[in-house]
Amino acid sequence: MVNFGYTPLPTHIHDMDKASLTLADSISFEDASFNLCIACGSCTATCTAGSFTNFSFRQMCHQIKRGESKQAIAESEKCMLCGKCTLACPRNVNTRNIIRLVRKANQTI
Amino acid sequence: MDLHAIQIPFHPFVLPFTIGLIFVAFYIIGKWIYWVSRFSWEDKKKIFVGLFSLKTPQAIWEVFMESLLHRKVFQRNTLLGYMHMSLAFGWFLLIIMGNLETRFFTHGRINPPYIPIFFEFFEHNLVSLDYGRFFTFTMDLLLLFVLSGVGLAYFKRFRSKPLGMKNTTKHSTIDRLALTALWLIFPLRLLAESVTAGLYDAGGFITNSIGAFMMTFLPLHNFYYASWWAYSFALGAFFVFVPFTRYMHIPTEILLIFLRKYGIAEKNIHSTYTQVELSSCSRCGICIDACQLGSDLGIVSTQSTYFIKSMRYDKPSEMLVDSCMACNRCDQVCPVGIDIASIRANERKMIQLFQENSYKYINGYEYRKAKVAYFAGCMGHLTPSVYKATLALFEKAGVDYNFIDRDGSICCGRPLQLTGQEDAAKQLIEKNIKLIENCGATVLVTSCPICAKVFTDSYKLKIPIYHHSQYLLKLAKESKLQFEKSDIQITYHDPCELGRGLGIYEEPRELLSLAGNLIESNNSRENSLCCGGSLGITNLTQEQRNTIASITLSELAVGKADVVATACPLCKKTFKSASEDIRIADISEIMLGAVQKSANKLISKEVNKSVIINN
Amino acid sequence: MNKIVAVIGGGVAGLETSIQLEKLGYKVNLYEKDSELGGHAGKWDRLFPNRRHATEVIDSLTSRIKDKVQINLVATVNQIKRENGSFLVEANGKSQKADAIVLTTGFELFPASKKEEYGYGIFDNVITSAELEKMFADHGKPQSTTGKTPEKIAIIHCVGSRDEKVNRPYCSKVCCVTAVKQAIEIKEAIPTAEVYCFYMDLRMFGPGYEDLYKEAQVKGVNFIRGRLSETSEMEGSRVLIKAEDTLSSKPLKMTVDMVVLMVGMSPLPSTEKILKDLELSPNNDGFVQVKDYHLEPTHTKAEGVFVAGACTGPNNITDSVNAAHSAALEVHKYLTSK
Repeated sequence: MVNFGYTPLPTHIHDMDKASLTLADSISFEDASFNLCIACGSCTATCTAGSFTNFSFRQMCHQIKRGESKQAIAESEKCMLCGKCTLACPRNVNTRNIIRLVRKANQTI
Repeated sequence: MDLHAIQIPFHPFVLPFTIGLIFVAFYIIGKWIYWVSRFSWEDKKKIFVGLFSLKTPQAIWEVFMESLLHRKVFQRNTLLGYMHMSLAFGWFLLIIMGNLETRFFTHGRINPPYIPIFFEFFEHNLVSLDYGRFFTFTMDLLLLFVLSGVGLAYFKRFRSKPLGMKNTTKHSTIDRLALTALWLIFPLRLLAESVTAGLYDAGGFITNSIGAFMMTFLPLHNFYYASWWAYSFALGAFFVFVPFTRYMHIPTEILLIFLRKYGIAEKNIHSTYTQVELSSCSRCGICIDACQLGSDLGIVSTQSTYFIKSMRYDKPSEMLVDSCMACNRCDQVCPVGIDIASIRANERKMIQLFQENSYKYINGYEYRKAKVAYFAGCMGHLTPSVYKATLALFEKAGVDYNFIDRDGSICCGRPLQLTGQEDAAKQLIEKNIKLIENCGATVLVTSCPICAKVFTDSYKLKIPIYHHSQYLLKLAKESKLQFEKSDIQITYHDPCELGRGLGIYEEPRELLSLAGNLIESNNSRENSLCCGGSLGITNLTQEQRNTIASITLSELAVGKADVVATACPLCKKTFKSASEDIRIADISEIMLGAVQKSANKLISKEVNKSVIINN
Repeated sequence: MNKIVAVIGGGVAGLETSIQLEKLGYKVNLYEKDSELGGHAGKWDRLFPNRRHATEVIDSLTSRIKDKVQINLVATVNQIKRENGSFLVEANGKSQKADAIVLTTGFELFPASKKEEYGYGIFDNVITSAELEKMFADHGKPQSTTGKTPEKIAIIHCVGSRDEKVNRPYCSKVCCVTAVKQAIEIKEAIPTAEVYCFYMDLRMFGPGYEDLYKEAQVKGVNFIRGRLSETSEMEGSRVLIKAEDTLSSKPLKMTVDMVVLMVGMSPLPSTEKILKDLELSPNNDGFVQVKDYHLEPTHTKAEGVFVAGACTGPNNITDSVNAAHSAALEVHKYLTSK
């Protein structure tokens, strides 16, 4: 094969062939509402923690769905479990439960 | 008196009973000593001081009222109360009378415990003795009393509704064995005594008649020993079962009552007191019907009775620990008075999901400066009509206030506490205390009961804390606010954290009655239903929450109210999400409506606006 | 042939159905609960995608039925009874016979105050798309409560649509394109104004819709992919809004002079009563259930009862007109075979 002198940097792409979706699978098994997100961002917009730091529940869920569990777990710690996002979500995603499931995954890893 | 002349009667059939009794007595005494020895020094001191105070006779009285008469169960349902009372008090009286009878006939002799229990076996000639008829009659009457309870208990297994219970506890095998032994004791006693009465005419009005009747077609002498053996076996078996089954509650509840009287309570972690409480649960199942997860959603396997049972024998599953709305309705109905809420809260603390410095990102933030600080809280920002109405009323009353978390609040920590995340909650509480102290307020008012609960219990602020319903009432009492009462019909919904959590039942009602007519729903105050929005549970779907909310609302709207008043932003949002037919409003909105109507003091839109602008 | 058809609802679908049935030779009784014909479209200023005046369409429809059908205004149908194979329709205490019924009851705009955190009815400068249309009709441009011309306007998509928290889980279809149309109109009326559309997805399903979207982009309308979470009121009755800019994964706040809520289409509560009388049930979203979504979209399960327009679910004018044609034809087939 011809070497063009460059390859795509693996950190810059979602390599879905290699991504581990174990956490995503286990969360959607425990709480089916995890799959219902339409990425509207209401949760992040209303987030109490999000007004002090860059914390996005929506992004965290997305990271899990793309296999970036480590980053997601680290993010989840910023949550205050206040429940505002649960009230804002138009798709009835059980946000507090998902945070707890992610935090529990932190303990098992 | 020649001591040698006394012949203490004996027969081998008394052995099962006697062995069982010795076993259970040693076990209970051992367990009590073990428990008491494991209490902290502070608690031991409380016990010691309490022992020689008025608290002891008070505790004895309570033991009599609760353990024997089952007053609290009576208050719930008369038939259910009678069932429990006839078993407990009836049995107790049988023992007392039996002892008196024996003592009387043996001229004050101290007898081994089997003598009074099996007295009729040893003494056939009771009727001819002085007061013989009195004793045989009384003993028969008491036996009938107990048997009526056994009959009801038996009936309750098949149809519990007439006894005020929709659901009964599903018992484990060993509990059922013990139950069988208990149910057999008194019918077997009746049988043994009737057989004896039939043969020797030694019984009272019941045993004699049954005995005489049986004589007509049965060779009773063949049953004589067998029936006494069976009775003794049933008793012995029951005693042996006691330590391993729910019947341990009988001796433990007595200890619990004393300990509670002496001022011992649940702490913020499990303690020996918890062990006593766990063993005091009779698994009567009264908590099952109180739980809305059961009545509204059909989840009938996670209620407190099951939770406590699994706490007593091993470790409760996550499902059991998590499946609770923390509404504390079960706490209110528990006839033993077990502090279920604290036990569950402490059990939830076993898993700490957050780390020591989770919220280090909060720094440099400040609340607005204020004299009277108004705190909307996280949820409060999603119900602008609540804070707007409250602040308009403050404006009207000339309160020098500020909306301190207008630019955003730090969560009060209560939602974390409710899920057991104590470490994380502490971090938020510490940060929030500083922010509130720094804003310079002399009074803190919040319209969120969830915030109010943790402010009161865990913040240790030096300034008074008010829920807005309390503060508005205070303003009304100081004549700073005048309301005009209309004929609007209002049903007030007690939010869990405000009512059962903080005991605030009267102020919201008093305030609302200044605006209209209050109608009480069937479940109000201590028994009020949860709206379903609970932050204490995370494993419910929104559909399930909506179901609970609709049922609660339909209960509230039973009185044909024009409006359902709440005093909690979370309740309001939850109700509104579940129903569009019933008008739901916060207490502050209703009060603002009542103030606006008064002719002499017109609150204009300008005032309303300046509320926001001046901030 | 003097058979009578009752058409319930005098919006676009009802008017078109009446026209067609009258042409087919039926006597039409048209019931309208308001004092004017035209329904929601009659109260709109201009229509997407070509921004013609709504009055053009409504006037054309009403002129064609004038004096040809019996028009009952301010006539709320209270009861429909079946009697010997026909119907008795009662409105305002008067009962009239009908051989067939066409339901064209339409919809109601989502009551925006149900979305409390958006501040409608609480904060002054939070208005609905319908109110903006009225401003265009009355003044030709939006006006804040103080009479000032707003310079910064946020348009919020999906208010009362795709939102399970208010029990409206469905998409109302037409709000996206309405938002884009209104954004362009604001830019045309106030060229200096900053206009921001907050959307979740832009559903430009019809002919010319995508062009309209492009036109808005060309005219400088900003599109932010994120749903509004809450509003609060600031100095000068300005409104602070919060959303997440999901494309950059950051929370976003913005103070605007005016918030326009794109209210969705909701089932009309009074239709429910009529459905009960006819022993029909609504579909999952609360609209009238049609007999066969693909093959019999203007039939209901009740014999002799037909349906057209937005009472079956969110609809644009073109779809309503098509459904009205179809319903008229189905009524004709039914009455001639009877």
